[in-house]
Amino acid sequence: MSTADTTGTTGSTEDTSVRARALPVTDLSLVVLIGASGSGKSTFARRHFKPTEVISSDFCRGLVADDENDQSASRDAFDVLHYIAGKRLAAGRRTVVDATNVQQDARRQLIDLARKYDVLPIAVVLDVPEQICAERNAGRTDRADMPRRVIQRHTRELRRSLRHLEREGFRKVHVLRGEAEIEHATVVTEKRFNDLTHLTGPFDIVGDVHGCAAELETLLGKLGYGTDGVHPEGRTAVFVGDLVDRGPDSPGVLRRVMSMVRSGNALCVPGNHENKYGRFLKGRKVQHTHGLAETVEQMDGESEEFRAEVREFIDGLVSHYVLDGGRLVVCHAGLPEKYHGRTSGRVRSHALYGDTTGETDEFGLPVRYPWAEDYRGRAAVVYGHTPVPEATWLNNTICLDTGAVFGGRLTALRWPERELVDVPAERVWYEPAKPLRTEAPGGHDGRPLDLADVQGRRTVETRHAGRITVREENGAAALEVMSRFATDPRLLPYLPPTMAPTATSGVDGYLEHPKEAFAQYAADGVARVVCEEKHMGSRAVALVCRDAEAARARFGGGGTSRSSAAESGGGPTGSLYTRTGRPFLDDASLTEEILDRLRTAVGEAGLWEELATDWLLLDAELMPWSLKASGLLRSQYAAVGAASGAVFPGALAALEGAAARGVDVGDLLARQRDRSADAAAFTDAYRRYCWPTDGLDGVRLAPFQILAVQGRSLAALPHDEQLALLDRLVEHDGSGLLRTTRRLYVDTGDPESVAAGVDWWLEMTGRGGEGMVVKPVGALAKDGKGRLVQPGIKCRGREYLRIVYGPEYTRPDNLARLRHRFLNHKRSLAVREYALGLEALDRLADGEPLWRVHEAVFGVLALESEPVDPRL
Amino acid sequence: MFLTVTTTGTPEHPATDLGFLLHKHPGKAQAFSTSFGTAHVLYPEAEEQRCTAALLLEVDAVALVRRGKGKGRGGAPDAALAQYVNDRPYAASSLLAVALSNVFSSAMRGVCKARPERADRPLPLRVEIPALPARGGPDLVRRLFEPLGWAVDVESVPLDTAFPEWGDSRYVRLVLESETLTLANALRHLYVLLPVLDDAKHYWVAPDEVDKLMRAGGAWLYYHPEVKLITSRYLSRRWSLTREAMDRLELIRLAETDDSEVEEIDNAVEAEAEQEPKPTPLAVHRREAILTALRDHAAARVLDLGCGEGHLVRELLKEPRFTEIVGVDVSVRALTIASRRLKLDRMGERQAARVRLFQGSLAYTDKRLKGYDAAVLSEVIEHLDLPRLPALEYAVFGSARPRTVVVTTPNVEYNVRWETLPAGHVRHRDHRFEWTREEFRTWAGTVAERHGYDVEFRPVGPDDPEVGPPTQLALFTLKTTTGTPTTTATATATEKEAKAA
Repeated sequence: MSTADTTGTTGSTEDTSVRARALPVTDLSLVVLIGASGSGKSTFARRHFKPTEVISSDFCRGLVADDENDQSASRDAFDVLHYIAGKRLAAGRRTVVDATNVQQDARRQLIDLARKYDVLPIAVVLDVPEQICAERNAGRTDRADMPRRVIQRHTRELRRSLRHLEREGFRKVHVLRGEAEIEHATVVTEKRFNDLTHLTGPFDIVGDVHGCAAELETLLGKLGYGTDGVHPEGRTAVFVGDLVDRGPDSPGVLRRVMSMVRSGNALCVPGNHENKYGRFLKGRKVQHTHGLAETVEQMDGESEEFRAEVREFIDGLVSHYVLDGGRLVVCHAGLPEKYHGRTSGRVRSHALYGDTTGETDEFGLPVRYPWAEDYRGRAAVVYGHTPVPEATWLNNTICLDTGAVFGGRLTALRWPERELVDVPAERVWYEPAKPLRTEAPGGHDGRPLDLADVQGRRTVETRHAGRITVREENGAAALEVMSRFATDPRLLPYLPPTMAPTATSGVDGYLEHPKEAFAQYAADGVARVVCEEKHMGSRAVALVCRDAEAARARFGGGGTSRSSAAESGGGPTGSLYTRTGRPFLDDASLTEEILDRLRTAVGEAGLWEELATDWLLLDAELMPWSLKASGLLRSQYAAVGAASGAVFPGALAALEGAAARGVDVGDLLARQRDRSADAAAFTDAYRRYCWPTDGLDGVRLAPFQILAVQGRSLAALPHDEQLALLDRLVEHDGSGLLRTTRRLYVDTGDPESVAAGVDWWLEMTGRGGEGMVVKPVGALAKDGKGRLVQPGIKCRGREYLRIVYGPEYTRPDNLARLRHRFLNHKRSLAVREYALGLEALDRLADGEPLWRVHEAVFGVLALESEPVDPRL
Repeated sequence: MFLTVTTTGTPEHPATDLGFLLHKHPGKAQAFSTSFGTAHVLYPEAEEQRCTAALLLEVDAVALVRRGKGKGRGGAPDAALAQYVNDRPYAASSLLAVALSNVFSSAMRGVCKARPERADRPLPLRVEIPALPARGGPDLVRRLFEPLGWAVDVESVPLDTAFPEWGDSRYVRLVLESETLTLANALRHLYVLLPVLDDAKHYWVAPDEVDKLMRAGGAWLYYHPEVKLITSRYLSRRWSLTREAMDRLELIRLAETDDSEVEEIDNAVEAEAEQEPKPTPLAVHRREAILTALRDHAAARVLDLGCGEGHLVRELLKEPRFTEIVGVDVSVRALTIASRRLKLDRMGERQAARVRLFQGSLAYTDKRLKGYDAAVLSEVIEHLDLPRLPALEYAVFGSARPRTVVVTTPNVEYNVRWETLPAGHVRHRDHRFEWTREEFRTWAGTVAERHGYDVEFRPVGPDDPEVGPPTQLALFTLKTTTGTPTTTATATATEKEAKAA
């Protein structure tokens, strides 16, 4: 990779017995064809590369000027060519530039382009006698009148260029001389050295060793490697570099690692310390600081032969490896996604040294640029280089340098298990220049999410429903809500989906009726459903942690003054928020009181231990509705009640007066009486949602699902098991806060069971209940085609619907019109939001970085701003 | 949606003449269909001494919703009308006013062939409206009707008698009595003032509304003390229409005082130049203080974070020293208004190249905000919940890191000096907190130290010796010496510990 090979100098145009030459061309590279007009570049490109890999300047001239030979359009044409090539290279696609490229300036631009995208520039020269070029051009109608001097100039320039191509920056130069050699050449695609995507491990990635040979031995033993370096389960060790310097036995470490690499049991990427020692071994002048002196001294005791081996080993190290189908990248100092699998000086430099801000800190050391904070890549990046007290994941990256040589630990990561294995240092081998930080990079204080995580049109990959697209305008609306009103995103790991109502009922006097809900699930192939009472409150999601410390440790949320909160053990112990992510209560102390009561119940019920967690995420309903919606209740519902209450006595009296005078008022009077009764029923309906509260007196919380616990999403736990757990929670609540959710199980295929379900609903709503939600008992139900079915269908009570569809909606003519409602959009929205919610829970459970969880949560909020009939 | 009109009479002038005046027979109940329901006219009593006509409008709420889909879609301008649950079927809103003019159009014009002499003459009148939405409450109802010669009996309707703590609704029960008005005038008063009190028209206000207002109110509006409020509300606060109406009323007034015709003096009145709504002096002070701070620090490329409707951006554009001005707000609506106000689409290319507006959020870091000379956060931080302020801090001071940051926020101590502000209230409904000078200085000091800035404080507005200025300004300047930013918690937690390279 670091050496350019120039070949083909022996070819001769007269030689008719040329052997077929194989031209190695890296799979990701910018291939620059160089040759005079008529030298056969296009033919060569067509023969050896995919048509889409090749961009020709002639084609681009045609694009911008309608004429492939219009030389006056060259400037614009090359702009287009460079632009397209840039897009391809950014996407990691090999690109072949078919232009004469005989001038150094033209080639320089292409080399700059290759460098910009960190790919190898490769030159393929077609050196064909001028005479032949001219003959070929003469045979083409579009080039027949090309002056001979043009070709002469091309040839002259080409000859002049040949010797300088490597110096110009081409990393491979292939010169093909004469027609025959060109004719017989073949292109061999080579993989990049860093591309080990075909290796799937499993791997054990080991952090910075720094000459701690004893600790390395202990760790390898703990990981299960034999003294021969072989793992009985065929695992491969991967070293992130910095094997040497500072520690007691760098030669021992080198010997062990080199032997494992040689026998194919290990991979190793170079660290900055190897790199420096390598330069020392090559005789370069380097400062013997930062522990190099120790290595040099220890190596002095080794044989010359061993030192030569070490030099060769270090020389052959590849800056980083892309492993396991692209899911894993290992390097010494971290690597942004755009550098993965790329090959350039700056990629190597970043892989070895990381990025710095240009500043130096109070210890005189360069300030590291926190590249991992910006990292958004899909591949996990495992690296070392920066000693941290504890290895923790940040944005799918993890630093394994836990400062073994400074008396910390030597740490390894098992992949794909993502388990950490470590051994303590036997002693402090080397005094650190400055103390290890008490927090991991991007640790508890964290940092806000980046706007790029959420803004614009976004597509979220979900496990359960594929790709879900969030439109830009919906994202824009959600951004405002999320920024101005929502709970701290760290304490907002989930938002509940919207829920579709049951298909519109044809039953006389009803807009919604459970029969349709049961029928719909039966049609979806769901045999057993649970009907859950719909509570008369507001949706609330509760994140309950065992204590503030647990909340901080897992979610990193905090108050305004984190350090003081940490000292006093205070800070939030979770969160309680609405379906749009707003804090449910304005008063933080009241929130804490609710969380505290929940926490006590969880403890009493023994759920911390049983679920092996120190936090729970609960989906619940908080009552009364008036607690949250008092504004809406007063401005809309009570107002209608007040107006109707004021107007009807007078209106009815007037009608009665007229009727008493013998005026024929027709059915107007009867109708107004009905309307008056409807209005009174409406007032009764909303009043059921209002009761006074004082502090937490009168407040009720009805949890109906445990969404997630440490390391696990419980979204797939069947609802009967869910409710059993929650019943225990309610049972153990001594505070009176928690309320149980009444339920009934129905077999959708059994008419008797269905009838019982209908009766249950009629009875409940007849007593003023809001209605019920029907859910498949086995959560995450899919239909015959493997698509998610509605996670729940709501059947709202006849009286309750007055506050949705208006006081008089039950009048037959109104009902007839209202039955024309369209549910498909709402249903589709419900499933999409459900899938995003599930995704958020899965990502949370997998310990994925905040931005990944937030991406899904934000998606739910954004979909909520899609226009849909609000009455559904 | 109901009202009654009652008159009393004598054997010479029987009250039942009301039937002639209204062109509706007292012995019948009549129905008239309108576009939003059926209007019924009937007489609960019709005696020589006393006669009452009732107008009952049966609103078809379902049709109303299906027709209009809220603002900007050719439907009802009032978004609440898009709801099935609304008060239109019950309260006397603009729908009733329209029904009134449809059903009693002749009476409103004062035309009565059967009793022409009575149409022009005042008569004893009592108008009763049991549920009238009145934005502004009983007090405004009195201010609107009393100058017109009505005795007003008005009382608020409680929101819900089951929850007395909820207080009054926006509805009033209104009884108007007068002996001095003609029926036509009474109907015109109602036609204009019902929608004014409701303040939520059910239809889009088009320019011909001005003509309607002139027809119904031209004769009495110009001397009404609340003419401005009435005109503005009647025309749904459409400023251009309101100005046109006011101009026309002014002409009528002048003509009246001159005893001349309106047309004669039409040229005499100069069209009033369009005036900016006058900014409150404090906002001017604030912008001047911000500009001074930016000039002091020679900032050329400036971020206005939380630019709102672009007032500061406009000021910045006036000074060529500000070569790049970026207005950022989380509200797309605010940005749209800002763009319209700044006339960005019509601005010259050179000028337009200096300014950009885009949506952004300080709850997130944003690469687009890096590398500017200065950032202004004018009256922004107090709109954030305190627990989310650290995110803003990091986004601005940790991530964007402009050389200069100007932050202004209210000084809560000064609130006692606002006469209109009730004690203990914040200045704006959305203010999540307001700080004392001490609190602001503590916060700013901590932020400055954590992120390697120096900070100074400046007063904005009159600096009261006791409670300080109304607005406080903190001016942060990035320390230029290297090595400073890593000494404290937040900065270091996110930066890697360096070791030898």
